[in-house]
Amino acid sequence: MVKVNLWGSLKSAASGRASIDVEAQTIRQMFRALGEQEPGLVPILDSGITVAIDGQIYRDDWFKEVDDDSEVYLLPRMEGG
Amino acid sequence: MLDKTAENGEFKVIGTRPERPDGVDKVTGRARFGADMVMPGMLIGKVLRSPHAHANIKSIDTSAAEALEGVKAVITAADFTADVPEAEYDTMVNCIAHGKALYDGHGVAAVAATSRSIANKALKLIKVEYEVLPHVTDVEEACKDDAPLLHDNIFTEGLEETPTTPSNISGRVQFGHGDVDEGFAAADKVVERKFRTEATHQGYIEPHACVGNLSPDGTGELWCCTQGHFMVRNSCAAILGLDISRLRVTASEIGGGFGGKTTIFIEPLALALSRKAGRPVKLVMSRDEVFRATGPTSSASMWIKIGAKNDGTITAMEGLLKYQGGAFKGSWVSLGCMTAFACYRADHMKTVGYDVLVNRPRAAAYRAPGAPMAAFAVESVVTELAGELGRDPLEFRLQNAAKEGDQSSYGPKHRAHGLMETLEQAKAHDHYNAPLGPNQGRGVACGFWFNFGGQTSTSLNIGADGTVNVSVGTVDVGGSRASMCLMVAEELGVPYEKVRCVVADTSSLGHNDITDGSRTTFSSGMALILSARDAKQKLCARAAKIWEIPEDAVEWVDGHARPAGPNAGEFDPMSLAEVAGKAETTGGPIAGHHECNARGAGVSFATHMVDTEVDPETGRVTVLRYTVFQDAGKAIHPAYVEGQFQGGAVQGIGWAINEEYIYGEDGRLQNAGFLDYRIPVASDLPMIDTVIIETPNKGHPYGVRGVGETSIVPPMAAIANSVSAAAGVRLTELPMSPPRVLKAMDDAKA
Amino acid sequence: MSQVHVHTKINGDTTEFLCEADEPLLDVLRDRLGLTGAKEGCGTGDCGACSVMVDDRLVCSCLVLGAEAEGRTIETIEGMADGEKLHPLQQKFLDHAALQCGICTPGFLVAAKALLDHNPDPTETEVRYWLAGNLCRCTGYDKIVRAVMDTAAEMRGA
Repeated sequence: MVKVNLWGSLKSAASGRASIDVEAQTIRQMFRALGEQEPGLVPILDSGITVAIDGQIYRDDWFKEVDDDSEVYLLPRMEGG
Repeated sequence: MLDKTAENGEFKVIGTRPERPDGVDKVTGRARFGADMVMPGMLIGKVLRSPHAHANIKSIDTSAAEALEGVKAVITAADFTADVPEAEYDTMVNCIAHGKALYDGHGVAAVAATSRSIANKALKLIKVEYEVLPHVTDVEEACKDDAPLLHDNIFTEGLEETPTTPSNISGRVQFGHGDVDEGFAAADKVVERKFRTEATHQGYIEPHACVGNLSPDGTGELWCCTQGHFMVRNSCAAILGLDISRLRVTASEIGGGFGGKTTIFIEPLALALSRKAGRPVKLVMSRDEVFRATGPTSSASMWIKIGAKNDGTITAMEGLLKYQGGAFKGSWVSLGCMTAFACYRADHMKTVGYDVLVNRPRAAAYRAPGAPMAAFAVESVVTELAGELGRDPLEFRLQNAAKEGDQSSYGPKHRAHGLMETLEQAKAHDHYNAPLGPNQGRGVACGFWFNFGGQTSTSLNIGADGTVNVSVGTVDVGGSRASMCLMVAEELGVPYEKVRCVVADTSSLGHNDITDGSRTTFSSGMALILSARDAKQKLCARAAKIWEIPEDAVEWVDGHARPAGPNAGEFDPMSLAEVAGKAETTGGPIAGHHECNARGAGVSFATHMVDTEVDPETGRVTVLRYTVFQDAGKAIHPAYVEGQFQGGAVQGIGWAINEEYIYGEDGRLQNAGFLDYRIPVASDLPMIDTVIIETPNKGHPYGVRGVGETSIVPPMAAIANSVSAAAGVRLTELPMSPPRVLKAMDDAKA
Repeated sequence: MSQVHVHTKINGDTTEFLCEADEPLLDVLRDRLGLTGAKEGCGTGDCGACSVMVDDRLVCSCLVLGAEAEGRTIETIEGMADGEKLHPLQQKFLDHAALQCGICTPGFLVAAKALLDHNPDPTETEVRYWLAGNLCRCTGYDKIVRAVMDTAAEMRGA
């Protein structure tokens, strides 16, 4: 199981949960499992968000592998200047 | 990923300072920027803009303009389909108002005519009937329940319960960990303050400019100055209903962007005018239009509270940030919240942000968007708290700096980075111990930025004489082509002068994301290094064929193919030129490619130190000395890395001392020109000293981190700390213009 | 409106053009004569990107009328290099990486040349004040000032 940490205000779309455990080997599988557990997250996941795995930031990277002991944080979509 | 480092003594050309490939064109006036393009039969376009901050558009009568001799097309919102993807809808409405003008300067109609003077006359003949509405331009005012409402279909997102009434607050975000109440209870000293910053403009010297040419068959070309021509293509194609393959966008040389050219403003208008007129149309903004209608940054209202024990350990950090993003959603307040406390380690952290709508132009990214204003507030409180605890501000930061493995303010644990190194070098620098005179103060501040990767596609072609052409799809804003050539020269083992880099048009290369998030040297550099490795493999294979030995018996060393190991046989090494010269007979052209969604961008930190003097009679602030300490990961072309540090620092100095958007009671911008919106000039400034720190980013073959944005994060805070020390009173509003500084000093005396 | 017929010398070449009575010299140079080295950053004389010399006087060409060029001599960035040979200022700007985006560079070079023609040994402060009418948003001016000082030193030595 991968423990997925949500950013503070994402909790409101996930029944108030701060983290969700899912079975997943990739970011895409993780998104799918999150959406199944918390349908409120689906529009936010679909709109494009950032994932931090072990402190490394991934944008739009479905097939990046996640391990059960990875530290995983969801973050809002980021754009720079 | 990191496989070449300076410690190994492996770099030959990386870290040198050669002349940039586009240099001669830039110093002789030959370089072609956005407004320098001419197409045969070209018309001149002009945009009519709303004089009102907020008004319903009851009707637009274009008949008199259309009847004017020389006018070839007039367009309004009616010329655009409503059937636009949601992601592009706001962008389209920001280019041309749909039913409602949302800010002073909002585009309402556009004309194309045979000359500029006819186009200007035509604008005056367009009759727009407005119903003027109450407006709001202040971020705090806009949050009030009785504020004029910009959009009746925006309901605050991110709340526990979805609201039933629309609001100017489009969203609430929250980040953090621990329990700040518990953290503050454990603190011996707590400092909290409110801060305000005004909106500033990116201030690129080149106004937006483009030439669009759209044929009736839906095939088009567009020349424009932009930070991302693939973005321009995709957005314009979506707004105009074109196949993206039919629109070829060429990026001109770009006269500065700083985030402000990461979206579109006039490009779809030029194309729509061209489609209607059947001729190419050139659209160039005036400086007035640039200020009124293109991306300023947010103005912000912030509250920061930080607590620490007497031993200097920070126990809790809390912040509330309200950023206005202009008339549309998306103010970068999330990034303000995520970056605010990123330089620190504390068990309890919380930031809450509000994205607020006001009757101002839609905020565009500006260099580390969202971060500088938050850093201004946080770093001011950090220094004040250090003072309350009787601690040296650098010592206090060293004690509490976030290190590898610490949980970051935005969530995950920090990876290796150079923050401590910037602080230690700052402390050891002679600037820190230099004496100060009367009315002078010294300030320090830290700053953080994420840096991004993103979609990248590059191509590398080897000529018959062994010279190399590389194509990138990331626009060169500040000399990045030189860095690209350096990385390819390094990888292939050929002289820098043998490598040339072009920014290819959208039909010549795969998609590339915009030049944003300090990603260009990182992402295109990585893709080019991998393109070069691809080419090297092919070069080795050709040499193997020539020598009639197995491919894996050939290796590429110092620009030559040579037999690998004693069993491969005795052959004289072949240079790149020798292998390339035989390309025709050994299988045809030799090229390398790489396409990726670049991963592994490394965050970067900086510490800035500044001395200022405050004139006690006028409140005028003079910057006396400035030093930037920043982690670059690896500086590919150190002169341009220094340039990024210096440029960011000076933009920050402008934001801190001079620059602000001033709105009148009527909601109109009062200072839409460089005379009244004063960016720093040479006589305002000292030299900007730089110290490049190199903590390699493990996510890049050469250790590169982005460098472009971090440098604008600390300056406002560093200057505020310096001015506060010099003036003897804490400054909490930007800009610290003479009247504000004088008032703060007078208030403190009273 | 009938156009004005203007006779002038630009970068050493006798040049004639027609322009509107109210047309800025900058527009004439860029739109009629194809000399796009001078840039329009503001159109109000605040940014210096359109700097040119008119009879040895440094001006913002957006504030001069094309018609005012009658009988005068104009020097633009296009005339600064001597054929293939760059002016020392142009070379020093490259050596010092004194440009990033390069939009302001022609104006800075024209203005800096005017300074050195008139004062071959300027102090840093004199360089900074002379160039205060030219805006650069990329570099923070550090490398520009160094490039001008270095050019002055080299030209004095030469």
